[in-house]
Amino acid sequence: MTPTRGKLFGLLAEFGDQEALLEATRRVRAAGYTKLDAYTPYPVEDLAEELGFHTTRVPLLVLVGGILGALGGFLLQYWLNVLDYPINVGGRPLNSIPSWIIVTFELTILSAAIFAVLGMLALNRLPMPHHPVFNVPEFALASTNRFFLAVEAEDPRYDSRATRELLESLGPKGVWDIDA
Amino acid sequence: MAEDRSPDPGGMGASAPVLIPGYTLLTATDKISSILIAGKIPRIWWLGFGLSFLGLGVFVVAVSWLLYRGVGIWGINRPVMWGFAITNFVWWIGIGHAGTLISAFLLLMRQQWRTSINRFAEAMTIFAVICAGLFPLLHLGRPKFFYWLFPYPSVYNVWPQFRSPLVWDVFAVSTYFTVSLLFWYVGLIPDFATLRDRARRTWVKVVYGILSMGWRGSARHWKRYEMAYLLLAGLATPLVVSVHTVVSFDFSIAMVPGWHSTIFPPYFVAGAIFSGFAMVLSLAIPIRAAFGLHDFITERHLDNMAKLMLATGLIVAYGYMSETFMAWWSGDPEESYVMKDRLLGSYGFAYWAVLGCNVLAPQVLWWGRARRNVPLLFVLSLVVNVGMWTERFVIVVQSLHRDFMPSAWRIFVPTFWDWATLLGSIGLFLTLMFLFVRFLPVISMSEMRALLHSKKTGERKVEP
Repeated sequence: MTPTRGKLFGLLAEFGDQEALLEATRRVRAAGYTKLDAYTPYPVEDLAEELGFHTTRVPLLVLVGGILGALGGFLLQYWLNVLDYPINVGGRPLNSIPSWIIVTFELTILSAAIFAVLGMLALNRLPMPHHPVFNVPEFALASTNRFFLAVEAEDPRYDSRATRELLESLGPKGVWDIDA
Repeated sequence: MAEDRSPDPGGMGASAPVLIPGYTLLTATDKISSILIAGKIPRIWWLGFGLSFLGLGVFVVAVSWLLYRGVGIWGINRPVMWGFAITNFVWWIGIGHAGTLISAFLLLMRQQWRTSINRFAEAMTIFAVICAGLFPLLHLGRPKFFYWLFPYPSVYNVWPQFRSPLVWDVFAVSTYFTVSLLFWYVGLIPDFATLRDRARRTWVKVVYGILSMGWRGSARHWKRYEMAYLLLAGLATPLVVSVHTVVSFDFSIAMVPGWHSTIFPPYFVAGAIFSGFAMVLSLAIPIRAAFGLHDFITERHLDNMAKLMLATGLIVAYGYMSETFMAWWSGDPEESYVMKDRLLGSYGFAYWAVLGCNVLAPQVLWWGRARRNVPLLFVLSLVVNVGMWTERFVIVVQSLHRDFMPSAWRIFVPTFWDWATLLGSIGLFLTLMFLFVRFLPVISMSEMRALLHSKKTGERKVEP
């Protein structure tokens, strides 16, 4: 994955607004590039799809988390109050399902929420304190009001001159080398 | 506003903009982050923080004395064993509910006006739950054994008894706190990245950098992020309803006259949201004035919150009516006696105050002019906060002080330490709030930028 030292990570182009970035992404994809990423200060609709990223596994993880939480919550109570230490409270049945709905429900939500957050972070490979794009000083504004498109050197079609020419033909506000 | 006939996509009636036009991505980010980065802290912040910190000091003293001497320093005794501690618990946790409602439920309903207020409403939730969670623990009598409530493998081989509402409470409140904290933190990640990139001092950059987890705004990340955030909102919405339902079970599962009623869960949830919106208004109005955020927290927000307060207040009023009606209709002598005592007994003054604060006073909000009158709204929000605290006081203390057996009847009188703990907890809450507005962005900058784009105000002009 990591390019050898002294090499470039890729090229970074800045665009004026989200429409220009979307258009540029479309054109670079049409030129056959696949190792791309776009950086925006707020979520831009359809941008991930333009990059070829269509479905995320976050909902599946949340479902798994919810099911595990529900099963875990119910079985926890069943095991503790029916099997391990049966205790008669006011003559209620040992397996008092209505009384156990609440803890089951709370643990379902808790587990699903934890899966949502940790799953999202893990799939995004975060925390990642450093990334080559941070080497470009202009990138500091990506979290405020600038829109960037990165073409990585890993891309099979990447060619330092041809790729730069392609990016410059798309009307960027600047194109920079990203040091690896 | 209400009289204005211009189209209103938000559908909330009022048509003041949710954002004053003219901001660009840069200026909006500047405006919100300048509170933190430029260090322009108004003098009023120091004054408020100082007073709150004094309150926190009172809390520390009151709790230390409690831990040293035990719950006997409070006015509680048979049959009023719950006293102020449980009143405060229910009050605080109810306040938290509006924060989750604003951040989660309004997100699911695609209400754009949520964007300016969700961040500090979520902070309010977390701090209120911290205050709430302390009271049952302090009230335990032996607080050092609080962990007995969790199912951990102990040498006694005894487990918690899962048919008890008190165990449900532990699970509900701790889940609520954890999920609220996760939701808040996830919302903050892109803003931490903005603060990291804008910070001037290295150590500030490092701290915000660690908190941002290296967020870089990648389109793939945003997609997963938005999905996770939406799902968290979907999980938090039923959770918030469940939490106050469980709190109401602490009462309604018991046989005490005045508590044993099926209206309790919906009535408690509505009351929680009602008091929570009052607290959001009590906080939003000073924050907006102190930091000059009138362009982001507009009259539209205040108007909408006032309407929600009115609506939930009416549900609460229905709860009062239903309780009174059922006391008579059930023909149960204890139940109807407690109701009569509630109106005319020793604590009658408190119940009439509840009716005045929670039922009568909010009715002025039917008038658009009242909803636009900021000082009036502020005063009204404080009145509702007091009213809702008093309501819980009546439910807890008045219902308990007339037990089934007249020989057990006793009047509860709060002691100095009861009041000190209550006021101290307000000090703790406000201290946390003041620290929050100083160190974290009070308004979500990334959501504000997305809102700006969707409003097509600014940024179409190319910035230098």
